[in-house]
Amino acid sequence: MRPALSREATVNAVLALLLLAIPLAASAAGQTFYVTLATRIALLALAAVGLNIALGLGGLVSFGHAAFFGLGGYAAGIMATHAFNSEPLLFGLEASTSMPVIWLVAALACGVAALPIGAVSLRTTGVYFIMITLAFAQMIYYFAISWPAYGGEDGLPIYVRNSFPGINTATPLSYFLLCYGMLILGLVLFRFLRDSRFGAALQAARQNATRLSAVGIAPFQIRLVAFVISAMITGVAGALLADLNRFVSPSMLSWHMSGELIVLIILGGKGRLFGPVAGAMLYVLFEYALGSYTERWQLFLGLILLGVVLFARGGLLGLIAGRERHG
Amino acid sequence: MADPVLEIRELRKSFGALKATDGVNLDLVPGEIHALIGPNGAGKSTLIHLISGSLAPDHGTIRFLGKDMNGLNMAARARLGLARSFQTSSLAQEFSALRNVMLAIQARQGSSLRFFRPVMRDRSLIEPSMEMLEKVDLADRAHVPAAELSHGERRQLEIAIALALGPKAFLLDEPMAGMGPEGTRSLTEFLDGLRKEAPILLVEHDMDAVFALADRISVLVYGRVIASGKVDEIRNHPEVRRAYLGESQ
Repeated sequence: MRPALSREATVNAVLALLLLAIPLAASAAGQTFYVTLATRIALLALAAVGLNIALGLGGLVSFGHAAFFGLGGYAAGIMATHAFNSEPLLFGLEASTSMPVIWLVAALACGVAALPIGAVSLRTTGVYFIMITLAFAQMIYYFAISWPAYGGEDGLPIYVRNSFPGINTATPLSYFLLCYGMLILGLVLFRFLRDSRFGAALQAARQNATRLSAVGIAPFQIRLVAFVISAMITGVAGALLADLNRFVSPSMLSWHMSGELIVLIILGGKGRLFGPVAGAMLYVLFEYALGSYTERWQLFLGLILLGVVLFARGGLLGLIAGRERHG
Repeated sequence: MADPVLEIRELRKSFGALKATDGVNLDLVPGEIHALIGPNGAGKSTLIHLISGSLAPDHGTIRFLGKDMNGLNMAARARLGLARSFQTSSLAQEFSALRNVMLAIQARQGSSLRFFRPVMRDRSLIEPSMEMLEKVDLADRAHVPAAELSHGERRQLEIAIALALGPKAFLLDEPMAGMGPEGTRSLTEFLDGLRKEAPILLVEHDMDAVFALADRISVLVYGRVIASGKVDEIRNHPEVRRAYLGESQ
């Protein structure tokens, strides 16, 4: 193994342990606020791990991933509402408050939405792709706002956090651990994907689509599958975030959210395994630390983003762990 | 003559008023190197694009192994066994030389929708890829990213990738471009042996290489094949000498 690789592995391990240790310590000290903060980091990171498949590995700058994030959130909210009111869902199906079922529904809903969105968007590239994904997400955003059955503009409260077999999801620490577990699962999935044949084709499509075609692999199909998987992971993160906040609103679907996810990845290091984790930690840290001094904390975030884009293209991970090497 | 592997009939392609390909007929038969020469702007690149599928013709047919390729995209044509090298190297720049070749082996083995087994631990990909790199003398550079290879090495890598596809025909677009005399000589030798694996349609500017390698030569001028035949016929063809070799009457 090359030194750059093991160095990255060290950085990854430190980040993973840090994200685990802080809420454990905070919980022991009775500071549940920090546990919630860490849960938010884990979930933003998971959403960004999903986007990182499309954006980082595939070079597909989706400016519409909030659609999937929000769709996942609404899946959790709608299921919880129906279960709370004992109303069946479509076709007389019973709503469930079991998280595994909700995640499955969220992932499937996002997959089903991502397939046509991707199939249309991926016929374009570059700035057009960005605009089309944005347009689709905005359509879903305005649809959510104008649909009063599920709260419309006001959003949808989740009165009781959904359940997970064997875990009391109402305690902050156990819910954090559940989310952390899902983040690790997402990272493992990302890693398998990146190193597989599919990942090789996807990364080649980003580097040189003509080359990929010339060996007989059609880039479109590979990108579409990546886009769908990417959307599904982001959707599950959305379901978890809705349960964390016990609330879901159209703001989860807005383009600000799409931008935020992109910013996380750029800050942390795009295409890197732990890029989204580093990015989410940095982002939430700024939001919290600077946000307590000034409402205009995003101005400083903007400056830092500018610095990263100009001087540290590889993001935080590129800065600490050096350039990525591909075998 | 054996049945042609590649059969081009009455191919036409215009860009506005410019007839880049103007009724081209061309064959490639097993075991041969068929060189395509012509001055700059003669339409050689357009013809390569039409054959490989990155451009669609206005008229005419391209048959490959007896199958009409009209409507097939570049990836589908590659899967049929048409291996193409590019005039300016076209590689996955961040990937190592090895991983570039592995991509071709992977494509040849079938679906790329495999999500779990890591490629860098997959001997069924690595071993044949190393073999290809050895064939083009690039094995000691296997782990260098394509972006860090020298110009000549990139040309060699292009050939290794084409070779890895186990193709039924090669479409080589100026493989010697920008290579030094030493590199040109060894590549000429290499291509000479390559025709045994599959016939080659060779677009090349280096006339020494063309005359040394080609079984047949077709001369393209203003999108038309003005002459086609054995090396000596072409060398002495009056119209070719005038149009291409720049001889004034």
